[in-house]
Amino acid sequence: MLDKSTVRNIAFLARIDVPDADLEPLAHQLSGILDWVEQLQEVNTDGVHPMSSVTEMTMTWRPDEVTDGGHRDKVTANAPAARDGFFAVPKVVE
Amino acid sequence: MTKLTSLTIAQCRDGLRKGDFSARELTATYIQAMEAHRDLNAYITETPDIALSRAQDADERLKAGTAGAMEGIPVAIKDLFCTEGVLTTAASHILDGFKPGYESTVSANLKKAGAVMLGKTNLDEFAMGSSNMTSYYGGVKNPWKRQGEDTDLVPGGSSGGSAAAVAAHIAAAATGTDTGGSIRQPAAFCGITGLKPTYGRCSRWGVVAFASSLDQAGPMTRDVRDAAIMLGAMAGHDPKDATSANLPLPDFEAALTGDIRGLRVGIPKEYRPDGLDPQIQALWDQGVEWLKAAGAEVREISLPHTKYALATYYIVAPAECSSNLARYDGVRFGLRVDGDSLDDMYMNTRAAGFGSEVKRRILMGTYVLSAGYYDAYYLKAQRVRTLIAQDFANAFKDVDVILTPTAPSAAFGMGENMDDPITMYLNDVFTVPTSLAGLPGLSLPAGLDTQGLPLGLQLIGKPWDEETVLRVGGVLETAAGFTAKPALVGG
Repeated sequence: MLDKSTVRNIAFLARIDVPDADLEPLAHQLSGILDWVEQLQEVNTDGVHPMSSVTEMTMTWRPDEVTDGGHRDKVTANAPAARDGFFAVPKVVE
Repeated sequence: MTKLTSLTIAQCRDGLRKGDFSARELTATYIQAMEAHRDLNAYITETPDIALSRAQDADERLKAGTAGAMEGIPVAIKDLFCTEGVLTTAASHILDGFKPGYESTVSANLKKAGAVMLGKTNLDEFAMGSSNMTSYYGGVKNPWKRQGEDTDLVPGGSSGGSAAAVAAHIAAAATGTDTGGSIRQPAAFCGITGLKPTYGRCSRWGVVAFASSLDQAGPMTRDVRDAAIMLGAMAGHDPKDATSANLPLPDFEAALTGDIRGLRVGIPKEYRPDGLDPQIQALWDQGVEWLKAAGAEVREISLPHTKYALATYYIVAPAECSSNLARYDGVRFGLRVDGDSLDDMYMNTRAAGFGSEVKRRILMGTYVLSAGYYDAYYLKAQRVRTLIAQDFANAFKDVDVILTPTAPSAAFGMGENMDDPITMYLNDVFTVPTSLAGLPGLSLPAGLDTQGLPLGLQLIGKPWDEETVLRVGGVLETAAGFTAKPALVGG
């Protein structure tokens, strides 16, 4: 069962502002989902590898060369705040 | 005279090549139809100018004899595919105003094959949902209605706008994406054909990511032949997606031989949960009879870990979503809500930009990946996922294809199943296992329920064997003879 403070903590980790009034209902909903997924504990998975790739595929190699780039203006075109080819953010270092 | 908008891709292709009508005429007719049915809310963005200009190019190539496989065919693109210079929203507030500087590989492939883009279709926010109700741009109305009722029904989700557009004849076909059933369930709800290919068949490059190990693009069409034609135009190896398969592309349309004599069809006994709607059970039984009559051999099979698939999915998918959606931070694109510090800006932006289902999944994913819970939830789920995939691999030693229902119900009313997230998740009970195993799955309309709503059957194939799925789909389609249409297209 998740409590309010756990939800507050994961909301901070996920960088989503959750008003205090919403913590309790969210804790309730997430706990409901966690209770439901708890059924997986019944499955014996001893010696079973966690899936890492759904198709049996080997990653391919390519030469380590620059193949694309030089699109500074395209890359920053969608930024809510861009200045002189940079992304602008609130002051980080005092 | 037959309405141009009632033609399949194959019929349009023939008509265009014979010169019965031009791509411009066909496109103009679709633009009118699209505008006439705005009440469905199937499109987020209409692109009539792009459509007409591409239609003109198509006419020139048709004249020059250099037409591609989809030359002049007006299609809708799910608004999860990035389209160069055209608003791409993923049906989320957080992508406000986002116009990509590049084109997704799948939509670029379609363009190269001559397809004409009519617009970008509505979906559940970031493809998270089974009703299209989580869209920031509002729900989509299913063109179908229950007999003698005017209740608005959902088209299913997440590719709800695409399914509704194809069913309402306001697109000849549409792209969808499927993570846990998002092509197949809406196809079933709207009485159309939807194919989720094998994971890796279509490039994910330029498709807004939800759960990267599951996401796969596929065609949503009027019939099985159209699905084969469109898949061929969408698929193919793409070096820009490391999980895209470097395999030769078969001629999918040539797989529709109509001959399934001796083919072994599996019926999984675990797909008969207590309380399965008797109408869906009856349709499934009917499907078995149709395949037997066509000369297939039907066998019962067992997929013992089926009941754990949904719970597995609802750990794996939110975990991947929490990671993928970390990029929406108000810095590089979309919405920004200012704050006193960088963290405040992030938190305000994400609070305002994401809807409640997306937030729930991000929080769930963050929790199952957090220190102390990673092994108990995430690794456990990935182990069960291996067992689910092994179930299918074992079954495919004895059978060539598997037949199941697509969804546990017909389309439901807008606003229903919204009280408890798990009730909504249960819509995908028959489609999620296939997704977890990365297998191809096709849904096709096979009958109507007593209220006059379409019901779908699903065919599941071996990895990379879309051809068998399409071949059996073609036989099932002929046997079912599903010709019903929603009233709004004169059905």
